[in-house]
Amino acid sequence: MVESKHWSSRLFVILNYIIIGFLALSCLIPLIHIFAISLSDSAAATGGLVVLWPVNFTLESYAYVARRAAFWHSMLVSVMRVLVGVGLNMVFCIVCAYPLSKDKDQFRFRTVYAWYFFLTMLVSGGLIPLYMVIRQTGLMGTFWALVIPGAVPVYNIILLLNFFRQTPRELEEAAIIDGAGQWRIMWQIFVPTSTAALATVALLSTVYHWNEWFNGILYMKTPDQYPLQSYLRTIVIDMKLTNMGANDWQALALVSDKTVKCAQIFLASLPILLAYPFLQRYFVKGMVLGSVKG
Amino acid sequence: MQKTGNVPTRRGGGKLRRELPFHLMLLPAVVLVFIYMYIPLGGLIIAFQKFIPAKGLFGDQKWVGWDNFIYLYHLPGAISALQNTIIIAFWKIILHLIIPITVSILLNEIRSSAFRRTAQTLIYLPHFLSWIIMGGILIDILSPSGGIVNKLLGLFGVEPIFFLGSNDYFRFTLIFTDVWKEFGFNTIVYLAAITNIDPNQYEAATIDGANRFQRMLYVTLPNMRMIIVLMMVLSLGNVLNAGFDQVFNLYSKQVYATGDILDTFIYRIGLIDAQFGVATAMGMFKSVVSTLFISISYYCAYRFADYRIF
Repeated sequence: MVESKHWSSRLFVILNYIIIGFLALSCLIPLIHIFAISLSDSAAATGGLVVLWPVNFTLESYAYVARRAAFWHSMLVSVMRVLVGVGLNMVFCIVCAYPLSKDKDQFRFRTVYAWYFFLTMLVSGGLIPLYMVIRQTGLMGTFWALVIPGAVPVYNIILLLNFFRQTPRELEEAAIIDGAGQWRIMWQIFVPTSTAALATVALLSTVYHWNEWFNGILYMKTPDQYPLQSYLRTIVIDMKLTNMGANDWQALALVSDKTVKCAQIFLASLPILLAYPFLQRYFVKGMVLGSVKG
Repeated sequence: MQKTGNVPTRRGGGKLRRELPFHLMLLPAVVLVFIYMYIPLGGLIIAFQKFIPAKGLFGDQKWVGWDNFIYLYHLPGAISALQNTIIIAFWKIILHLIIPITVSILLNEIRSSAFRRTAQTLIYLPHFLSWIIMGGILIDILSPSGGIVNKLLGLFGVEPIFFLGSNDYFRFTLIFTDVWKEFGFNTIVYLAAITNIDPNQYEAATIDGANRFQRMLYVTLPNMRMIIVLMMVLSLGNVLNAGFDQVFNLYSKQVYATGDILDTFIYRIGLIDAQFGVATAMGMFKSVVSTLFISISYYCAYRFADYRIF
């Protein structure tokens, strides 16, 4: 393409780099700022001397967090939740997406089932009725309240079923002639050929379970059952400016409190940051698959 | 609900047997969805009861007709929560369309692919962090006493602003930070549409003497028409979604007047004040309106953009 040499075009190019660069930095700087505070000593952090580089570098805050049993305990709950929750999500996702991906001549009730699941995306009973159901099914105060009610991921099922449909029918027909049943066809043909789509839905559900915090607060009876994000809320949010003017708040801001908070914020986002290369790759696929599919 | 049906008829017997594995695969999910999605739907009857939790859902509760709704209508906080919800959701819907569309067009004009990819990597990032993490970060950087944002503004002689504690700024802060968190991720669908544009169109436009702006305006933008319409229509479903996760983690008593939304209101009167009936009435109102809008939006997307979900 021939670039226009006109001054307005050049100005645009420069401005465009500045705007995009600024936007990109705006997403990174707050994280670096938090990280820098977590590595600074408390006087520097409270005095507001830290911007993007640690002042009086120290790992004291991390050492403090490392000694904090509640932090590790909630981390453990979160890891368990991700393992069990994602496992359940994946199994349900596969066994639902597979039959729903069949054509009508293979599975007559496909549309009925599809609507049965799809309707739950349109209507919802809301907070209180679900709360009561969870209470009356005995999940309240148990780990299972975090993974069972959301075990069937309808949105992911739709993503995966659309992907399954692209699998050529000949593959399946050949397997049927060889005497394979539907369960075998699902596990041995559809699942192995859909690894990219499965990775996408697995990551979607991992991020969901890692980041979800409200169910922990709602359904767990004591804070020691909280997953990491719910625990973090009690520390970084509940301590905030609630009911206080700016002055009270300033007086209350404990010296070491700020750096410890920042260290925990950073540690809680670390798994996301580490998994980010995969997340970016597969989420982009998932987004495009989910939204632009005509 | 569809039964798995084990009474083979002469005509459909073979089919039924062949389809049986499909029914079995779906059965556990059907049961779970029934319990945790359809029963709560039936649980909306709480909205018409003076609900006592100990007696249980579908228990022997006292019926009060529309009383809970009438009570809500006269509750000052409820109406203001509705207003706040609509105002916040409205601006979020508008800006969640305009900003990502603009940014995706600008990104497309960046020639250096290393720069573009780095920028994309960075702007997608906030989407993956929870509102707990974001809340923690924002509370710190927006603090009126020593927050980095107020310090920056201070360099320009601006007095410290209490972004999260002042009714003048709270809504703006909510809308701005939500757009900031999601704009990058929302560019993905538009960038996908731009990538599909035939390069010949740009070349033809260049030969015809179109400059950079004209190419953006007359080639890029018209080619994004379909996806823009689709995203506009689908975003209709969010009219009453002002963003519970965000508001709940950023608001405080002194900004209820401008920042309390339906979802946070439902949470407080339901689970803090234990007025289950009233909270469910408000939840039901939200559900009905949302369902209406989501259905209309899917229908329009299907009719006008040939959008199919399954």
